[in-house]
Amino acid sequence: MDSALSEDPVALKILIAGGFGVGKTTLVGSISEIKPLKTEEILSDRGIGVDDLDGVEGKTTTTVAMDFGRITIREGLVVYLFGTPGQERFWFMWDELSYGALGAVVIADTRRLTDCFPSIDYFEQRGTPFVVAVNCFDGEASHSVEDVKIALDLEDHVPVLLCDVRKRSSAKEVMIALVEHSLRTLATAP
Amino acid sequence: MDDEAGPIVRPYALTKGRTRPSGAMLDLLALVTATGEAAGSPEQEAILRLARSPISVADVAADLDLPVGVVRVLLADMRDQGLISVTSQAGPRPSERVLKEVINGLRAL
Ligand SMILES: Nc1nc2c(ncn2[C@@H]2O[C@H](COP(=O)(O)OP(=O)(O)OP(=O)(O)O)[C@@H](O)[C@H]2O)c(=O)[nH]1
Ligand SMILES: [Mg+2]
Repeated sequence: MDSALSEDPVALKILIAGGFGVGKTTLVGSISEIKPLKTEEILSDRGIGVDDLDGVEGKTTTTVAMDFGRITIREGLVVYLFGTPGQERFWFMWDELSYGALGAVVIADTRRLTDCFPSIDYFEQRGTPFVVAVNCFDGEASHSVEDVKIALDLEDHVPVLLCDVRKRSSAKEVMIALVEHSLRTLATAP
Repeated sequence: MDDEAGPIVRPYALTKGRTRPSGAMLDLLALVTATGEAAGSPEQEAILRLARSPISVADVAADLDLPVGVVRVLLADMRDQGLISVTSQAGPRPSERVLKEVINGLRAL
């Protein structure tokens, strides 16, 4: 056997973001086994600024389900997908998720493009490589890639693709475009 | 127990109210492997079963249908008790070779 099996396992993390109902769950499901992953926000911690364990009995939490998918490339090399809830009030877990993430797919719907602005701002600020996948809901592109780039005020190097998140082949193309983009970004990083 | 479930829940009953794990925070993608047998609760038993071969923290939470925060507390306890070992998976900067392998792997899906 060659050395591949004795290497440390590698886990890569990719985030799937975008506005409400834009196709995040569908995309993760098209390309991987998918299961819901619950996270929770501890409500009584909010705005109080205390972290001690006193009074934890009274802590209440609100539970949020994320989409969680896994693509096994080979033993010891796994890509994990996290579909993050669109609503901004659930962004409490984004910082952890984006830490060390290989990149992100931002799904956009041309009928309400502005919904993906917050995701784009977030990844731009964090320096997380991302691609924009325009989900063509009615099987037709109502906008060109160029229009979307301009409307979203994207930097030139950010890939924009048209896709149908329900189709595995299309979902695959999106993921490949992201990994290729991350590869380029890594290559040019200091 | 109150039965006013609704969107506000109290999953931390399983951890006796603790919301922070002992020791360092376990990464979502850290791998958990069972090293002991004597489980002290049904949740610990379930975790030991899942962790017969290495499994990520996120997978444990999803498979048990428990919130990540709760699972982190449970796992930290089990690690302290010597029931599991936890290894982190290689970090944020994958090599070019690995990424090319991922691209080829995705193409082959
Ligand atoms: N016609 C059509 N329907 C789609 C397409 N993509 C998603 N849908 C449908 O749109 C709805 C929303 O898709 P989801 O994948 O659940 O979207 P989401 O981003 O996970 O939604 P939230 O998690 O609620 O924010 C579902 O009913 C999908 O079946 C598409 O390309 N074409
Ligand atoms: Mg969804």
